[in-house]
Amino acid sequence: MTAELLLQTLASGVLIGLIYALVAIGLTMIFGVMDIVNFAHGEFLMLGMYSSFWLFALFALDPLVTLPLTVLMLFAFGVLLYKLVIRRIIDAPPLSQIFTTFGLMLLFRGLAQFFWKPDYRTIENSVVSGSVHLANFQLGRPQVVAGIGAIVVTSAVWYFLHRTKLGSALEATASDKEAARLMGIDSHKMFGLAWGIGAACAGAAGALLSTFFPIFPEVGANFILIAFVVVNLGGFGSVAGAFWAGILVGVIEVMGGLLLGPQYKMAIVLTLFLAVLMFRPQGLMGKAQ
Amino acid sequence: MNITWKFKLVAGAAALAVTAGVRAQQEIRIGVIYPLTGSLASSGAEMRDALEFAADIVNTGRKGAKIKLVFADHQGNPQVGASEAERLITQEHVVALMGAYNSNVTQTASQVAERDKIPFLNAESSSPTLTQRHFKYFFRTTPDDALFVRNAFDFMKDVEQARHIKIGSVATLAENTLFGDQAAKLQQQYAAAQGFNVVKQVSYPAKTTQLTSEVQTLKAANPTVLLQSSYSEAILSMKTYKELGYLPDMLIANDAGFADTEFIKTLGKDAEYVISREVWALDIGDKKPIIKKVDDLFKARYKIDFTGNSARSFTGLMVLADAINRAGSTDPEAIRKALIATNIPSSALIMPWKGVKFDETGQNTLGAGILVQVRDGKYSTVWPFDLASKDVVWPMPKWDARK
Repeated sequence: MTAELLLQTLASGVLIGLIYALVAIGLTMIFGVMDIVNFAHGEFLMLGMYSSFWLFALFALDPLVTLPLTVLMLFAFGVLLYKLVIRRIIDAPPLSQIFTTFGLMLLFRGLAQFFWKPDYRTIENSVVSGSVHLANFQLGRPQVVAGIGAIVVTSAVWYFLHRTKLGSALEATASDKEAARLMGIDSHKMFGLAWGIGAACAGAAGALLSTFFPIFPEVGANFILIAFVVVNLGGFGSVAGAFWAGILVGVIEVMGGLLLGPQYKMAIVLTLFLAVLMFRPQGLMGKAQ
Repeated sequence: MNITWKFKLVAGAAALAVTAGVRAQQEIRIGVIYPLTGSLASSGAEMRDALEFAADIVNTGRKGAKIKLVFADHQGNPQVGASEAERLITQEHVVALMGAYNSNVTQTASQVAERDKIPFLNAESSSPTLTQRHFKYFFRTTPDDALFVRNAFDFMKDVEQARHIKIGSVATLAENTLFGDQAAKLQQQYAAAQGFNVVKQVSYPAKTTQLTSEVQTLKAANPTVLLQSSYSEAILSMKTYKELGYLPDMLIANDAGFADTEFIKTLGKDAEYVISREVWALDIGDKKPIIKKVDDLFKARYKIDFTGNSARSFTGLMVLADAINRAGSTDPEAIRKALIATNIPSSALIMPWKGVKFDETGQNTLGAGILVQVRDGKYSTVWPFDLASKDVVWPMPKWDARK
């Protein structure tokens, strides 16, 4: 096994890890702000992929061009979902909350299957295709572009949270709902915002994935399990934690697969999940409760 | 409505009633159990059409009793399949059964037939376990999955001989579900038996998000031929091969995702030269005129060509009718004896088989699959060589050597 092979595999791991990070950031944000685990999060990703697909199929617009539109649509969808459904279960017992988001997951999958058929769809001849040759190794161009896109979107979210007034209000609500309300922050508005941003992040990940990953109603299932591992590893509610944990999981999955055999790659990731739960339940960057 | 018209109508109805009465006595009733509703309804309809078409061909100009098909719907449910088999035997008094497409339904329905001593001819189910039960009344015309997997090795042997090359090393890549695991195990066995060296066996979790480590592992192992069994990851794997600059001398796929309509459509030029196994293809008709002839008739009636499913169903009824003819009776026991003695040459079949002849387990020992290669955006038959519509391109041109 050459150093070149290891380096190339490492790079592939980082690239897919950036996508994991983007999916996980949305999930961790919703949890951080309102303590609800969103089981329908993978379906936001699926809707982002279909949004890219239909804009491509109907208007021949590339997923990269329509990325902002997809992000906006998913943002609106997230806010709407909060207003119509989630708002009603804020103070409900945790079990009801789990059933609600789980039910939404089944509903969205079912609807996607009903309206768009269970077939695999793909976007052909996107502006990004082929591979990038760097010195002695090559990487898929769609993956490189998706990785860069994930960094851009993550940076934007980070900037919003830490450098804008609205973002600070969101952070404040996350750390103490009651105190934030006393300071005049409308918590319903903040919750809606968290759902909007959460859905938009997953939608962005879906749009970036759509240039190289097949699109089908159950595609969210492929990513959501990993997203939970990432959120757990990074610390529930920590955006920065999710970012670094995403990259870490991507690298561990790919390198573990290469070194120990691909049949073990998910086992390695899930063992990590168990280890974190046992030895550092608050995650790498989460606060101990 | 005038008088003569009315008269014709009555006379016609009377004539119909008379022929119906006669037919009731001279009918050979064959029960057919297919998935006619549910998610496989379209396959069921296609196979029903093929059987009705076959029955009409058999009945045309026939002097003796005519074949009458009695259809039943199993909805893809093994329990329903068994109870429908029971109903067809006890209430419809069929002398033989056909069906049931889904291997698990075939299993339960044929159990009923075995108990009631009614011959069951299975034309489409490919699970190897069906003929491992040593039933006395079960006959299967289609090759099973194990044989389809073996075809890839027969093909490699033929290529070695024809091209004077030595393939030597192979690797397997398979998803970790029943389908992939079984295929990889069989490939391991056949490789050992036929002198190929398996340099790597890669199994990956189905529904994976990426195949980077799998492809890098294969790249490092560098086999001459890669044998792949994938459903949903067929497209993703091809994209990853190209992105990472990997390609073996040949990729031989085990049907599934590689025979899906999306495969060529999505990958376009990048799908070229991949080989997959198939059950049947229209282009073998170039070398076997009977296929073209029968397909033309079928197409004139249903506006579509035969498929691997409908061609096998059609052949199944032809084999059963041949046995009933030789039995000269509608006694199930006589039909069973005639089925055992079946010996149909390849020239009388629309299949790429060497013929039909059953062994003691009821399996047709002369069945075979074909291998198709993607050429100019279409699947073309390249093996067996005597049925090939195109010469196989071997090895596949490397990615950077392609236009």
